[in-house]
Amino acid sequence: MSTFVELVRRDLRLAWREGGTIGVALGFYLVVVTMLPLGIGPDLNLLTRIAPGVLWVALLLAALLSLGRMFETDLEDGSLEVLATGPLPLAGLAAAKSLAHWLTTGLPLAALAPLLGLLLNLEPEAYGVLAASMLAGTPAVSFLGAVGAALTLRARRGGMLLAFLMLPLFVPTLVFGIEAIRAATLGSAAFVPSFLILCAISLASLVLAPLAAAAALRLQLQ
Amino acid sequence: MKLIAEALTSIRGERTLFTDLSFAVEAGEALAITGPNGAGKTTLLRTIAGLLKPARGALRLDPSDPEQLLSQRCHYVGHLNGVKAGLSVEENTAFWCRFLGGASARIDGALAAFGLSALRSIPAAYLSAGQRRRVGLARLLVAERPVWLLDEPTSSLDQASQEMLARVIDGHLAAGGLVVAATHVPLGLARSRELRLGAEAQFARPA
Amino acid sequence: MQTFTQRLANPTRFMALSGQLLPWIGGLACALIAMGLVMAFTAPLDYQQGHAAKIMFVHVPSAWLSMAGYALIAASSFGLLVFRHPLADVSAKAAAPIGATFTLLCLVTGMLWGKPMWGAYWVWDPRLTSVLILFFLYLGLIALRASIEDEALAAKLTAILAIVGIVMLPVIKFSVEWNSLHQPASVMRLGAPTIHPSLLWPLLVMAAGMTALFAALHLKAMRNEILRRRVKALRAVEVEAAGGLASQAAE
Repeated sequence: MSTFVELVRRDLRLAWREGGTIGVALGFYLVVVTMLPLGIGPDLNLLTRIAPGVLWVALLLAALLSLGRMFETDLEDGSLEVLATGPLPLAGLAAAKSLAHWLTTGLPLAALAPLLGLLLNLEPEAYGVLAASMLAGTPAVSFLGAVGAALTLRARRGGMLLAFLMLPLFVPTLVFGIEAIRAATLGSAAFVPSFLILCAISLASLVLAPLAAAAALRLQLQ
Repeated sequence: MKLIAEALTSIRGERTLFTDLSFAVEAGEALAITGPNGAGKTTLLRTIAGLLKPARGALRLDPSDPEQLLSQRCHYVGHLNGVKAGLSVEENTAFWCRFLGGASARIDGALAAFGLSALRSIPAAYLSAGQRRRVGLARLLVAERPVWLLDEPTSSLDQASQEMLARVIDGHLAAGGLVVAATHVPLGLARSRELRLGAEAQFARPA
Repeated sequence: MQTFTQRLANPTRFMALSGQLLPWIGGLACALIAMGLVMAFTAPLDYQQGHAAKIMFVHVPSAWLSMAGYALIAASSFGLLVFRHPLADVSAKAAAPIGATFTLLCLVTGMLWGKPMWGAYWVWDPRLTSVLILFFLYLGLIALRASIEDEALAAKLTAILAIVGIVMLPVIKFSVEWNSLHQPASVMRLGAPTIHPSLLWPLLVMAAGMTALFAALHLKAMRNEILRRRVKALRAVEVEAAGGLASQAAE
């Protein structure tokens, strides 16, 4: 357990020192959410209707930016092979890196989302569910993303290939995340079914995705 | 304690690197693996480290520990250093110490043994190649593992650093550890055997 | 006593067996599809849609085959990773482009059917949308394999992706079609018990014919892949021999 925590702490410290990664993801999120209304025009009713979708899709794109690097630096400087011979199983390693990615990318993006909701004239009742659905859904993005990152680790044009591979796998999280926000504007508890399914998807990915990522990492180390 | 390899065969892609390779390394013994490029030195070390599975054959460390895999009883130092540029020398070493299950009291000694004490708070990004190599090697001392697998450990090291490494390895051997090192140059150890890979694997006289 | 798959596992025996079977399966496919097309064109007209609805006879079987194709790839991938079956990767690699093509066929026929039925080529009908995502999954498999130089590594990584895909596929379909409960847009409802026999038989014949076509294409593609690997192995031997001769000449 302590090796798991050690690895997460190390990655958090490195991300903090580098600073740029978190900043770029947040900046990208802001830019994309700004571009769309600029292109569509200031029709506030229309913006309100598309707000949940835009917020979620832009978040996925921003998260994809840093996903590709999850294992890359460790592979490049030789840390990955030493980590692999440590006491932490590869699945634990993958889970630790996914958790660190969520803490440094998913969580900040989810925190920024309500502010961006203002830009899109999001319905007032939806803000709480927006924050909750993003907090519940972004872990799936990081953990499933680790599988893609491990698979495309040494592939040519890995970054774009990763985005292409991951988008179908993100569809359930996307659909239920958006549906939860939309349902929140309809009634008091209408969002609960979608929200629960969203949580279930994230929890399942927490458990299963590291296994697939570990299988891919083992192959990449050979 | 004895590291035993039995009939190891390794096939990477279309090429067979070595077949039916058997050897044993006793406690306090160093085995130097030599041979031309591409002969399979790195592959052999990575196989012992558990990163690669041999096509055939078996490896074990006697006495065997049911709780730990062979790879967890080895230190593997490959071509790359395993040093994060964003962390300082001390932070790098401390991380490996905690991750590999060593005692933090050993960090100072490890840094001193490789002449890194003065550099401890410098971020690794500012270090030269030789200094980074030494930081990578320092993790050999922060956690105790009986088998050391070293792949070209002296690369990027100047003469003084190579002597530091030789002293460290000799210390490990004197304490009953085993060393298997792939190398092009003599390591300057007091005692070592040679295993030559290439056209045929053969043992040479003790150096 | 070896199992069926074990006996087929030997590539040479597979080549021999598939070489014998292929003309028959191909012939069967042609016959069944021809018969199915005739039955389809002589089937009663839909009172609403006229001839346009007949595109269903190609659209529905291709939908079935697109899913079956992915299941085949997932099963082959499982065979590779768990059983190390020697032909498993050949099967998975061969099936991906064929499955993708049938998926594309399903999408295109769906669009051609949709225009007269709904007025637009693409209306985000949930069933067709999940077929579209299935198409992306296929393309992902092909793209991943193409982007990795080491063929053995590519095979195993693609296998992992295929298994992740098959696990996610029900979740994806559920998420995309879940919303349809709320939407009034019509879904192509083709519950078998409610279909009139005069429409059911052409459909089944076309389905059987297209399945035979898939099988024939798959076997042929597997044979091509085995031959390609043989050529590659021969070239590798040639290179190694030339290298050996050159170094001998240099000494």
